[in-house]
Amino acid sequence: MSGDQQNETDDKNKVVIDTGESEQPQTRMVTVVIMGKPALVPDDATIMRAIEYSGQQIIRGAGCREGFCGTIYRLPGDYRIHTGLACTTLVQEGMALSQIPSVPLEKAVYDLEKLTPDVDTIKALYPVTFRCVACGTCTKACPQGLQVMDYIQSAMRGDIAELMELSYECVGCGLCALRCPSEIIQHKVAILGKRLYGRYLRKESKELDIRIQQVKNHEYDGEYAELMSLGREALSERYYARDTE
Amino acid sequence: MYPDYLKDSLEKVDQTRSKRLELAKSDKPVYPPMNAEEREDVLSKFHPDSTSGARSHIRVGPNKGEQLTTEITDLLEAHSMVDPKRMDAGLANPDYETDMLIIGGGGAGCWAAITAIKNGIKPMIATKLRLGDANSMMSEGGMQAAVTPQDSPTRHYLDAIGGGHFDNKPELVRALTEDGPEVVRELENLGVMWDKMEDGSLQVLHGGGTSRKRMVSCRDYIGAIIMRTLMDEVENHPHEISVREFEPAIELLLDDKGQCAGAVLYNLDTEQFLVVRAKTTVITTGGFGRLHIRGFATTNHYGATGDGLVMAYRAGAYLKFMDSVQYHPTGAIYPEQIAGFLITEKIRGAGGQPVNKDGELFVFPREPRDVESAAIIRECSSERNMGVGTASGRSGVWLDSPLIDMINGEGYTRHQFPGMCRAFDNYGIDIVKQPMLIYPSLHYQNGGIEINERCETNIPGLFIAGEASGGVHGRNRLMGNSVLDYNVFGRRVGKQASEYAKSVKLGKLSLEHVTAYDGEMISQGIDSDLISPVILPSYTPEDVKLQQLARLGNIPARHSMLRSRIGCSCNKGKGDK
Repeated sequence: MSGDQQNETDDKNKVVIDTGESEQPQTRMVTVVIMGKPALVPDDATIMRAIEYSGQQIIRGAGCREGFCGTIYRLPGDYRIHTGLACTTLVQEGMALSQIPSVPLEKAVYDLEKLTPDVDTIKALYPVTFRCVACGTCTKACPQGLQVMDYIQSAMRGDIAELMELSYECVGCGLCALRCPSEIIQHKVAILGKRLYGRYLRKESKELDIRIQQVKNHEYDGEYAELMSLGREALSERYYARDTE
Repeated sequence: MYPDYLKDSLEKVDQTRSKRLELAKSDKPVYPPMNAEEREDVLSKFHPDSTSGARSHIRVGPNKGEQLTTEITDLLEAHSMVDPKRMDAGLANPDYETDMLIIGGGGAGCWAAITAIKNGIKPMIATKLRLGDANSMMSEGGMQAAVTPQDSPTRHYLDAIGGGHFDNKPELVRALTEDGPEVVRELENLGVMWDKMEDGSLQVLHGGGTSRKRMVSCRDYIGAIIMRTLMDEVENHPHEISVREFEPAIELLLDDKGQCAGAVLYNLDTEQFLVVRAKTTVITTGGFGRLHIRGFATTNHYGATGDGLVMAYRAGAYLKFMDSVQYHPTGAIYPEQIAGFLITEKIRGAGGQPVNKDGELFVFPREPRDVESAAIIRECSSERNMGVGTASGRSGVWLDSPLIDMINGEGYTRHQFPGMCRAFDNYGIDIVKQPMLIYPSLHYQNGGIEINERCETNIPGLFIAGEASGGVHGRNRLMGNSVLDYNVFGRRVGKQASEYAKSVKLGKLSLEHVTAYDGEMISQGIDSDLISPVILPSYTPEDVKLQQLARLGNIPARHSMLRSRIGCSCNKGKGDK
């Protein structure tokens, strides 16, 4: 994850400082091809910043601007398709890029309460998973550097805990699913795996059971009533006198 | 990789680390926490809300005469996107009918829908971008909930109301803190994977202003984990919940009895204005960071432009605490590409310390956010001049993260902060071995549309939950209470609004309030060419924007966005501001 907020604002925290350099170096410009149209943009821009610098208002494929939206690009003299996240990938001279507007897919619809945390669930909800040919294209496509193919293999073995662990940092950009020759929807299998783990494979907290019961039994009603009746001054006194763990 | 000019200061941080580690291992605070007078002093001199021009009087609407954050006053003293006269046909023949319209598809909105269907109501979610495109998705560090034996919901209450400077509405703080434990359980039943100890109890950490360790977490991806779970659950009910993406609401509708009766949606692709008739309307539009208040960089989502405030205000809803803004103490300032990026408060919860250019502590690391931010601004100000400068002209202080592994054991940082590590690894900085450079970043809308514990407003049929609401956090929210807020009040609003929808009888749809509001602006002599909600910020260079605005006659496409950040040149005749 990272941001792209440079130059977006005339930040008020800027101050004149002595860095040993006399002047800020002049911004160098590079030419990139944005969805088919060449544009001159600063060389330190992210892909998202470059699209906006060219005058476009992004509507599809932008959100938190901290690294969740996929982009694809090619570089001069390089046959490969590269993948990245638009707000964390820097532009390069001659880069030809497309921001991914959406990833078409059919999410499995299910009732979590009726599932079991095992391979049968994967088979029933995402049978296409078992078409995996272990080519590793998904892993190569992942802009988060996750071992996507490995977690698909975990799913095929019904190892839900490992599926959860290996896909923990998935941001759901869907580039794996777009590149997969077997047409698997890896990132949706990952969400299913995480929900199965949280619902069925977690360790139970007895402390939490007790606390929920205490609230239900109205054990805090008295303390709440007392605190809520205090004036500002008395409340402030209580607050600053409280001990800290 | 840090550049050479920062090496001297980095060495000083290394030199003071062992001394500071000893302090951290003792049972005393590493630096004396401020008392009430010291807090007041640093806030009044250094918090951005206290700077000149930060607030201005609003001349129209329910809060008329009150001081609000200047950018909010500007946003509210602005014109509607639609001409009510041209909407008559739509009002007579709505494009959509629903029992419950939920405006905003973030955490609170998804909860509202999930809860409503359990009560037999079929809601519609209308959202600006994609479902889950929200600040909810971006939270990192944790959620407060009093789940340990040494803690209690009432202690959580005291921490939250003290952090908010005792301005919070008591009944809202009670709802927030009392529902916390149950929310933890409900989320794990939906499949959220909390960080747990060996025995199954929840792992808890401190946050700023907490007197007990109360922060439950999902490593540093709590937002992504919860939001994706809630979205997935919404998408598991395609026949009960209808989702309209890329269709933000831009005005509310009232009926001839003054009840809220739906909204006008704006299709971002086709630029149609569509009418939704709804028995009840829920605003869960989140906050306003993308308005870049006081020119600050922000940690917020692309769509966080305060739309709900605008719509509700024009319809007559009262705003609370819209004179205060939260700046997160620790936004990244180096490297330049990630300026503004949120460094989770959990870093300080796990033992990270803010230190100045000499590597010295200057503030208790876990003061409430406004106090911590003001102290960092003071350290960098000309009064102290102890900040570290970057070549891009920014100034900040170090956040010493290598302490975390030293306190908690090797490997802790990489396991607990995968998102933070990744963000800095991209630029050759290993936060396990080197500190981060930080400065406060625009983070949260403390106030909002006033609600009660049933999420009701002063307009019948209009309900609010999450960051768009006002009263829960007073004038300063503590870490982990916003994640709790959207979960607690998202659940509550779904229940309350769906119950309301069962009995209400709607009258004739109307946009007369929009016409009346415009009339009030004219009678006050307000001459603004701003149009709100602005929907999205525009980061188009100003010269390009001026070329786009040259078109005469009809209003250019996405006009509100073009106006959103052009600065003074689009706001003529402001009178006294």
